[in-house]
Amino acid sequence: MEPIHAPESIDLIALAPVLVLSVFAMGVLVLDLWAGKNKTLLMFVSLVGLLMTAISAFAKHPLPAFAFTDSYIVDHLSIFFTCIFTLSSALAILLSAEYNERKGMKAGEYYALILLCTVGMIVLASSTDMIMIFLGIEIVSICLYVLAGFRRDDPVSNEAALKYFLLGAFATGFLLYGMTLIYGSTGSTNLFKIAEFIKAEGAPSSPLLLMGIVLLVIGFGFKVAAVPFHMWAPDVYHGSPTPVTAFMAVGPKAAAFAAFFRVFTEAIPNMAANWEILLCIVAVLSMFVGNLGAIMQTNIKRMLAFSSISHAGYLLIAVIAKSAMAGSGLLFYMLTYAFTTFGAFGIIILLGRKGEENLEMENYSGLAYKHPVLALSMTVFLLSLGGLPPFAGFVAKFYIFSAAIEEGFVTLVIIAVLNSAISFYYYLKVVVFMYMKEPAGEFQISMTPMTLFVVIIGIIGTIELGIYPDPIIALTGLN
Amino acid sequence: MFEGTVPLAHYLTLSAVLFVIGIVGVLVRRNVIVVFMSIEIMLNAVNISLIAFDHYLNLSNGQIFSFMVMCVAAAEVSVGLAIIIALHRNKPTVNLDEFNLLKW
Repeated sequence: MEPIHAPESIDLIALAPVLVLSVFAMGVLVLDLWAGKNKTLLMFVSLVGLLMTAISAFAKHPLPAFAFTDSYIVDHLSIFFTCIFTLSSALAILLSAEYNERKGMKAGEYYALILLCTVGMIVLASSTDMIMIFLGIEIVSICLYVLAGFRRDDPVSNEAALKYFLLGAFATGFLLYGMTLIYGSTGSTNLFKIAEFIKAEGAPSSPLLLMGIVLLVIGFGFKVAAVPFHMWAPDVYHGSPTPVTAFMAVGPKAAAFAAFFRVFTEAIPNMAANWEILLCIVAVLSMFVGNLGAIMQTNIKRMLAFSSISHAGYLLIAVIAKSAMAGSGLLFYMLTYAFTTFGAFGIIILLGRKGEENLEMENYSGLAYKHPVLALSMTVFLLSLGGLPPFAGFVAKFYIFSAAIEEGFVTLVIIAVLNSAISFYYYLKVVVFMYMKEPAGEFQISMTPMTLFVVIIGIIGTIELGIYPDPIIALTGLN
Repeated sequence: MFEGTVPLAHYLTLSAVLFVIGIVGVLVRRNVIVVFMSIEIMLNAVNISLIAFDHYLNLSNGQIFSFMVMCVAAAEVSVGLAIIIALHRNKPTVNLDEFNLLKW
């Protein structure tokens, strides 16, 4: 057995975003002792921490930089993803402030958990070693289990946490077993060494390796809520506190996709003949089940959950295409998805009030007559999710689909476009409720400033990325 | 070092069998705590594979990995039990079928 050396490439600058955010997360926990009942200070400190993290992500030059014996990488993908994570966590914290006040969730560890979850996401997006990827996934998941059940006195929230926990831990088992089998058959946990081994052996068809890949697909499929591993998503999205739902629909999903993309394009691209067809099936099923399931829903949070399953299907197309352009498309898609999702959930939170969440579609009847601006914003978000030009969702889908066509997956793209058309049915259903039905009762909308601020950021992002996406596209590395 | 006379395949089979026992336990049993234990069996089944691979292929990453798995499993246990206790306060049962506020 070879002796174990300490890593000779300890590089704290590469790890700066993780360190900064960890310090802030623990700082928030300690500050909570002095903060008393008013949590505004904690919120402010968390936001500053996220900003510092986003800045420190750019500390490392030149790119790509490897650290900790090639188990950690700072490259284009990881920096951009770090920015998406900090943005989405900041928006989630802004959404939470007034919601938590209204629901009586006064605990300060809420903010610390969101920050720690973000740490896990950054680790996940920057790791090139399966041990680190496993750790990242678990940091994210464990924080989310707690956040999902944060309304401890609410049985629905408890139940969401339990289901998320059991299915999440179950999925972890599959992921771990897949990683182990790949480790056993290639002799390394490092993604690059695995790729070298597979290349040298000329895509070996050892049953252990193939089993490992299948189990990896199952494990990652659970984490990104792709069909047939999506059963937890509607319940967990429905039961969790609304800001947490928005958070887990964007950040952790983006992080899981970052790792998914990295593992499948860096470590096992030479086995593509084996996993391509499997991922195609999962992607097509996700799109159809997500969209058809969403049509059946009357609860708007459940509808958005099914819609997020179908978005996982679209994003899987980027993993299947596995080109650099697909990677850029993935980045752009997650960014637009962050803006639209947080905007839509912001409006859902505005419509709720103490004791009554107003999550049914009928609660949106006639919103356009009383609050035309809110209704118009919601329409923009839903149309962008569906992928209608000139909104951001269209550009995002366009880039992923064209990357896939370049790699020759024409049938897959046709199915995806068909599915986008189906998705308009349920997105427009909400619009019909808002514009064409009579109001059922009075709306008691409390225009709380921070939630409104998130909606405004969402609107600006959705429209800006749709009309003038060039600067951001240049940043994603697409020329 | 003692060379094991038990071949690698035996360890892998043991690990696979334990893993399947875990899966069946999760899918069949309705007691939350038992389901939870079955998940732990799955994780520890993987640990057996990791250590066996390390021993027979002269590697060392797997041992680190298995320590990480144990740490993570411990963290998961604490969070999981906390969730179950919070749940039990609102609804004194551990039967999964009775948690039906949200449609599966």
